[in-house]
Amino acid sequence: MRRLINQRPGRGGALMLSMMPFILVVCAYLYYSHARLLENPGDKLLPAPATIAATMHQYAFEEDERSGERLLWSDTGASLQRLLTALAISAVAGLSLGLAIGVIPYLRVTIAPFVAAVSLIPPLAMLPILFIVAGLGESAKITLIIIGVAPVIVRDLAMRTAELPNEQIIKAQTLGASTWQLVIRVVLPQMWPRLIDALRLVLGSAWLFLIAAEAIASTEGLGYRIFLVRRYLAMDVILPYVAWITLLAFTMDWLLRLLRTKAFRWAGIGA
Amino acid sequence: MTQVTIKHLWKEFGSQVVLENLNLHVDDHEFVTIVGASGCGKTTFLKMLLGIEYPSRGSFLIDGEPLPSEPGPDRGIVFQRYSLFPHLTVLNNLLLGLELHESRILGRLFGARRRRAFDKARELLEAVGLQASADKYPAQLSGGMQQRLSIAQSVICEPKILLLDEPFGALDPGITSDMHTLILKLWNMNKMTIFMVTHDLQESFALGTRVLVFDKVRVDPQAPEAFGATITFNIPLKGHRSAA
Repeated sequence: MRRLINQRPGRGGALMLSMMPFILVVCAYLYYSHARLLENPGDKLLPAPATIAATMHQYAFEEDERSGERLLWSDTGASLQRLLTALAISAVAGLSLGLAIGVIPYLRVTIAPFVAAVSLIPPLAMLPILFIVAGLGESAKITLIIIGVAPVIVRDLAMRTAELPNEQIIKAQTLGASTWQLVIRVVLPQMWPRLIDALRLVLGSAWLFLIAAEAIASTEGLGYRIFLVRRYLAMDVILPYVAWITLLAFTMDWLLRLLRTKAFRWAGIGA
Repeated sequence: MTQVTIKHLWKEFGSQVVLENLNLHVDDHEFVTIVGASGCGKTTFLKMLLGIEYPSRGSFLIDGEPLPSEPGPDRGIVFQRYSLFPHLTVLNNLLLGLELHESRILGRLFGARRRRAFDKARELLEAVGLQASADKYPAQLSGGMQQRLSIAQSVICEPKILLLDEPFGALDPGITSDMHTLILKLWNMNKMTIFMVTHDLQESFALGTRVLVFDKVRVDPQAPEAFGATITFNIPLKGHRSAA
């Protein structure tokens, strides 16, 4: 008998084992939902799959009476637009400030302590200030995500930049590189995959801030919807919405990972 | 023409004396090898030539000019490792030097200028025997191939001075003699002056036209940092150049 640490499942076995927790959760849900509905057909806590399907069909394919929109898609569109705008701005800020801090000593001593301080402000504590200053519109929600996410990316990329072997930086100078050339030919190309890693790491908190902002002040969006229907205990909306948000987050993570391996092949080789 | 002249050079870190009273004259197209025990300032000396450490006292002149205060294209460097650019293929690692020289803003060449640079890089790639690996990334090369590429990268812009910091220290002994042949070939092709730090005495005599031995002349057991190393032997080797 080999040691436990040396026993590995085959491909099919691995797939089956990885699916098992998901199947277990679904089975447990079905069982308890069925049991509760037997006892009280009006129970709202664990709606039957058929109820969920009917509700989602209505959300996805039928126009809402009041707004005339298909709610699932309009909510998804509004949320994704906020999230992606905020992530794009954070990525640009993170890349430029992170590189500046990592490469140029004068900028490092000027900016780095400030960024470190800003990154420690709890973003949700800033939310009232944002609503007062920027109003209840899109910019407050996008700014909240940026405040929560950008400092993390800045600090991460500054560290990754500083981690580049000094030999590389000196070598580039002996090849005649100016500061600018060093940045665009040596440092920046090596930071793209690091930026993707950083984005993947902050994706979770970006969603957190998005939903928090939408819950408090919004008229559409995934977070707005689940907090709205909470008043009616509409678990048949909340549960599929949460699953949908999870799927969206998972897909974004997967796409970023795919981009990293396809576009930056060198980063996957060796160390 | 490149002449390096050093007079009464001292290097101190706080109260610790690293180098004391160095005097040296090196002519054009010499191959200077530097040996000595570890911690006796060989690498500090090389770093001063490179422009990342500065003399505390004394004069350090290249062609009568004081040493520049930062690394520049007139002085190439080959480190023991880590000096290749992992995101560029072998060929692009070589091209980089030419591109940086000719394109100040984009750092990239296009069209006919790119083809010219391309040809030059190809030629050098062949000279160091890496033409078959042109499209690989550095991480896919063996240690010996990485060092050959690193040397080629340093000489493509034809520096006046080439600095080698234990370049073969991390390689298998079997590869080292190939590397010696290569470095002598490039040294003769480019007519540059080479300074090479090594811990291998045999290597220093096999390659150098001048061997410098760094050592401490005075030692105070109560205060080991009080005295620094200096050049204890400066051995010119005659008639070696033609052998290469």
